[in-house]
Amino acid sequence: MAQLNPPAKIYDVCIIGSGAGGGTAAKVLTEGGLSVVMLEAGPALNPETDFKEHIWPYELPHRGAGIGGRASADFGEFLAPNGFWEIEGEPYTVAPGSSFRWFRSRIEGGRTNHWGRIALRFGPTDFKARSTDGMGDDWPITYEELAPYYDKVESFVGVFGTKENVPNAPDGVFQPPPKPRCTETIVKKACDTLKITCIPSRLAIITQPLNGRPACHYCAQCGRGCITASNFSSSQVMIPPAQATGRFTLIPNAMAREIVLGKDGKAEAALYIDKTTGSENRVRARAFVVAASACESARILLNSRSSSFSDGLANSSGVIGRYLTDSVGSSLAGHFPQLEKMPAHNHDGVGGMHMYMPWWKFGEKNDFLRGYHIEFGGGRGMPGVGEFWGVCAEYEGYGVSLKQKCRSSYGTVIGFSGRGEMIPNENSFCEIDPNVVDKWGIPVLRFHWEWGENELKMAQHMQDTFRSIVETAGGTVLVGHRKTDETQIAEGRLHIDASQAKRSTISEGGTIIHELGTVRMGNNPKTSVLNKNCQAHDVKNVFVADAAPFVTNPDKNPTLTIMALSWKTSDYLLDQAKKGEI
Amino acid sequence: MSGNSISRRSILKALSMGAVAGSVLRVIPLEAAEYAHGLIAAEKADAKTGAYTPKFFPPQQYKTLQSLCGTIFPADADSGGAVEAGAPEFIDLLTSENPEYQLKLGGGLMWLDATCVDRYGKSYLDCSSQQQKELLDRIAYRKNAMSDASLSQGVEFFSFLRDLTADGFFTSKIGIEYLGYIGNTFLTDFPGCPPVPGV
Repeated sequence: MAQLNPPAKIYDVCIIGSGAGGGTAAKVLTEGGLSVVMLEAGPALNPETDFKEHIWPYELPHRGAGIGGRASADFGEFLAPNGFWEIEGEPYTVAPGSSFRWFRSRIEGGRTNHWGRIALRFGPTDFKARSTDGMGDDWPITYEELAPYYDKVESFVGVFGTKENVPNAPDGVFQPPPKPRCTETIVKKACDTLKITCIPSRLAIITQPLNGRPACHYCAQCGRGCITASNFSSSQVMIPPAQATGRFTLIPNAMAREIVLGKDGKAEAALYIDKTTGSENRVRARAFVVAASACESARILLNSRSSSFSDGLANSSGVIGRYLTDSVGSSLAGHFPQLEKMPAHNHDGVGGMHMYMPWWKFGEKNDFLRGYHIEFGGGRGMPGVGEFWGVCAEYEGYGVSLKQKCRSSYGTVIGFSGRGEMIPNENSFCEIDPNVVDKWGIPVLRFHWEWGENELKMAQHMQDTFRSIVETAGGTVLVGHRKTDETQIAEGRLHIDASQAKRSTISEGGTIIHELGTVRMGNNPKTSVLNKNCQAHDVKNVFVADAAPFVTNPDKNPTLTIMALSWKTSDYLLDQAKKGEI
Repeated sequence: MSGNSISRRSILKALSMGAVAGSVLRVIPLEAAEYAHGLIAAEKADAKTGAYTPKFFPPQQYKTLQSLCGTIFPADADSGGAVEAGAPEFIDLLTSENPEYQLKLGGGLMWLDATCVDRYGKSYLDCSSQQQKELLDRIAYRKNAMSDASLSQGVEFFSFLRDLTADGFFTSKIGIEYLGYIGNTFLTDFPGCPPVPGV
């Protein structure tokens, strides 16, 4: 039921969403002197009780498999809460003929509690796509304009890496990287032979103390959430300084439904459902920063209908929901016999790769546009559910001989994953489903998805590259190996059917969890929603601060750029507030 | 132990002491272990009350399940087997929560007994070890189902059970030690790959 008496309090800024973008905005805006209220659709986070760091699988009755063995569909029982492919009562739909999956986190900090921590800057050319090859569009800002904000973010959150001068993969402010694991030494050697650039990775994990956070203790469990906050999460790194200002209010379990337009043409309130009571509430503010994740932000704006904006708030262009992209993904695993000879040793390291391959063919004439980077991992990690299904399927039988085979195979697999750039196309977008609402009564998103020819060619190139790396390193390719690709495990598509091999080469849309572009920025209000400050062309006190504003989706994982762009947007908002413009 | 006895603060303290000591490879296993144990104290509280009571499988089927788990990954000179590792309990728990598992494993065990009665005139557990081996050798390999279609359901069942038994065994303390995994601890520095010829 609508609450008719608006509360008296009017905040300076209401931020919707507490992830990478919302957290950054909260820190910058509160430290700049503004009062901020933040709506988060899930509960508050308590790392000491919510994280399963350092727990052995045998200390949980389900051993990491989850209730009924179903946790593998959500990356396992150990994952930091709360990330799901499907949320009960909060569905989304997919148009006939399309295939798309949407990973969401409903908790303070959002997906930053368990993300891969890969922190790569976009390069100068990534902001000039159309000028470079005629496809897609240019951003309304350049790399040079964003670079100072990359510096600020890296200095504050802590990123390890090395200065390498790789074209279009800019260096940043780096802490020292960890030493390579055996698996990485082997792959690096093969890459040197193949003239594929292989350098220390760039992850938002600190190897030296920073702002009171202790350095990484090398347990390899970043995905579980870090009790010492030695990796970056919005909940542990961005929100605490906002709280310390005394100007920050977090409202958990607040499911934003829409933003209400005032008579003056400015947004005046956010309507949300209190999930603990089911009641509808409103919070008033002078400005709104929508940072609910690219698709959720599009959903909120599309659902904010008024007589001025019948197709959604700030949507006079009609492009909200359009230009949806995800990264091109493809994976392959290899078995490396030389790893069987390795003595038992601590192989954990940080929770992610210590080395990676940035796009090494930049500027060359390739048979597809844009590029991809390669992530890889494997070796003697903590044994987990599903780890030996491949060995069991290959050797079959039972008894001591199978047991010994599992032991000799342990730690000998390295998996490779490509992450490449998708060019936006008109058949990939999200919109409001006209027939379906969620349990809170809020209309849900319907997804449409299609990979283009360029993406299919790129995925094939990834496969060819992985194969040559595996073979050059003295390994053999594992076809349909169950650990090859978490996505396939999640999907139950464990064995690749020969007739489907071509389709299976490329990931399902959404499953790389780099969905973005749905509320894009640009200089032309007819073809974009936001101006170069991520401020709505149509409604001057509405800003977007997640990956929705992105104009391109280069092969670099989006989180670092979400934070840099949010920081820049927040600086602009602070400046406007000081001038009395908002 | 009352709940979460080791706080984040005490871990931070332990870590900073490690840093001051300047050891290249300072491990703080006690703090780590106590922290983990604190978190799971509640979950484990009822696990110590004696013999396990199956949640899904009737007693006779559960005995068959235990026997099969022990045959798939038996104890040997190097370690205990899947039964000591708790694989049957783990499989029973998951099955009690998942109708698909109930069909595959409950139905599979009934297929196994029915096939034994057909071939040997008695249930699997009552068969001689030679008879048990003869049947398992048939259903443990996919290629046998190609030449004898009457085995295909048995092959599917055994393959599924083998995967779950591997999960139960290799996620146990016994199984993890058998593999030689070293880690899940606190290091102040990561040593990288040890020197090994050829790597």
